[in-house]
Amino acid sequence: MAMTGSALRSTKIKSAGAAQSPMLGTAMFAPAALYIALLIGTPFVLALYYAFSDARIGTSELHFVGLENFRSILQSPSFRTAIKNSIFFTIVAQTIVICCSMMLSTALESKFRGRGLVRYLILLPWVAPIALGAIGWKWILDSIYSVITWLLVWLHIFKPYGAPMWLGEPKLAMASVILVHCWRLIPFSTVIMLAGQTAIPKEIPEAAAIDGAGFWRTLFQIKIPMMRSIISVAVLFGTIFTFTDMTVVYILTAGGPFDSTQTLPSLAFATGIQGSDLAAGAAISVFLVPVLVVVAYLMLRVAHRTEAT
Amino acid sequence: MAVVETRDLTKVFKQGELGAVNNVNLVTREGEFLVFLGPSGSGKTTLLRMIAGLEQPTAGEILIGGQVVNNLSPRERRIAMVFQSYALYPHLTVYKNIAFPLKAQKVPSNLHKQKVEWAASLLGIGSLLHRKPRELSGGERQRVALARAIVREPSVFLLDEPLSNLDAKLRLAAREELERFHRRVGTTTIYVTHDQVEAMAMGDRIVVLNKGVVRQFGTPKEVYDDPADTFVATFLGSPPMNLLENEDVIVGFRPEHFRLAETVTDTEKVLFNFHVENVEYLGAEFILAGTLGGGKVEGKMVIARLLLGHSFEVGATYQFAVAERHLKYFDRTTEKKVPARKLAWR
Repeated sequence: MAMTGSALRSTKIKSAGAAQSPMLGTAMFAPAALYIALLIGTPFVLALYYAFSDARIGTSELHFVGLENFRSILQSPSFRTAIKNSIFFTIVAQTIVICCSMMLSTALESKFRGRGLVRYLILLPWVAPIALGAIGWKWILDSIYSVITWLLVWLHIFKPYGAPMWLGEPKLAMASVILVHCWRLIPFSTVIMLAGQTAIPKEIPEAAAIDGAGFWRTLFQIKIPMMRSIISVAVLFGTIFTFTDMTVVYILTAGGPFDSTQTLPSLAFATGIQGSDLAAGAAISVFLVPVLVVVAYLMLRVAHRTEAT
Repeated sequence: MAVVETRDLTKVFKQGELGAVNNVNLVTREGEFLVFLGPSGSGKTTLLRMIAGLEQPTAGEILIGGQVVNNLSPRERRIAMVFQSYALYPHLTVYKNIAFPLKAQKVPSNLHKQKVEWAASLLGIGSLLHRKPRELSGGERQRVALARAIVREPSVFLLDEPLSNLDAKLRLAAREELERFHRRVGTTTIYVTHDQVEAMAMGDRIVVLNKGVVRQFGTPKEVYDDPADTFVATFLGSPPMNLLENEDVIVGFRPEHFRLAETVTDTEKVLFNFHVENVEYLGAEFILAGTLGGGKVEGKMVIARLLLGHSFEVGATYQFAVAERHLKYFDRTTEKKVPARKLAWR
């Protein structure tokens, strides 16, 4: 007892010392601040700076050009397609992801033999590096080596050489990009939803069952409303991942065919890095900011509301 | 209203292990307030959950209103249940909580308002209808849970320790309210508790359970005055019944029957020397703890409960006695009740 008392007192003294020494506090805080400043702050400020300049790869000369970059990209049809695609891609992918992960988490919440293994397998796509996953999918959807095409031909649904080109036709290419994105995000979203489902006290669905509610009523009127904040977290995270992702698009289609899968990040990359027009690329990427600001604001609000209740 | 009956009802959670509920046979009476009483792990909640349809029995039958309901879902059993945690829907207002069973059971929506208001007024929560559960006190939540249970006029009420989340003072008030409520609606009610005072106060009859087995089924008076075994004898009553081993039986007597010898007027009585070791003054009564002296029971710990009127010294020895008609006899090996007999105490 005396031991604990003295131990307690000594930690108290130590922590009081830490609070009093501004140097130590600063030193502890510095890595986080430095990380944000160097890896997020600097590129962001640089992007803003380039967006108002005529920066190009290969020259170190820079001139301030005002809103010229924005004027020119707003007139470019590629940019308008990219914005439309980004919004379409994000909304459709997120809708599919949320519906599927809700179903999966409901299924995975009930007890069955091998549940642990299934949970593990479902999580795998999220753990695998996205670039490797996307390359795997590129082969699965390839025009010549596609196993899907092979299977459909084998089942006599399509004639050899008559099968659709998954990545070569505008609509199918968009569908493919969405499919791979869903494959990637569903596990992540499922884990979040599963946490939300298990947080509901067991008596609540039991009370609903006794009150006479069936599966759907319990799901839509009790469970989903109770999971509202956790679903918002899944949606907001998913939106960020989808809206800012370029790996899947870049590897599968590189934005093609005919810009049909071009999104803001992939267009920024294609224009800024591959097309050497750093300034225009920066200006395009600046258009991501308003969406991300809104998402970040909503996330903070959800977090605050969860804290308050 | 309906009668609930169980026939050889058994629940085994893990094969090979002892069942949580074993061969329980009981029948309620119409409109009765039946209490399942037992310590934690006695199977009382499992038994209730099987009647509710939340748990599938391993063996045996459950009948509600004469119909076997084993394969019916909870909603088809026409029962209502109040959970220990109340299980109110946190995102719905009190009104919507109470209206939920009506909606779920597809009661025409023009009747909802009238029925919700009827249930709310019955429990005195008419002014809380627009609030969310988190804005309510424990007692108010309990009333909302009861209103939600009563609103669709169920044939049986199941209550799972509904008072255990309330503080002591509120619990007493809520208990009285529940009793009054039951008298008014007259629905067959099964009430689960580990609190023997609640069970004695509220139950028309009590089912005493231990380790999944019914130890005794009777009125509060029967289980208290005439316990079927030593478990019931010691589980009911505070302080519990004193038990002394003598020859091949265990003899029990209630602390309130263990009194100063001169106040025991019966001629047939057993005398003891009682060495007082501790005195607790509880306002209206004394609780004396001490040891017996002399004869076969030398050194045995016993407890006496006496009304005020005499003062006792710690360390002193008094002549105490128990009337023979207050002695209970249990078999030493089975611990079950056996007929009274004459024993030598010296």
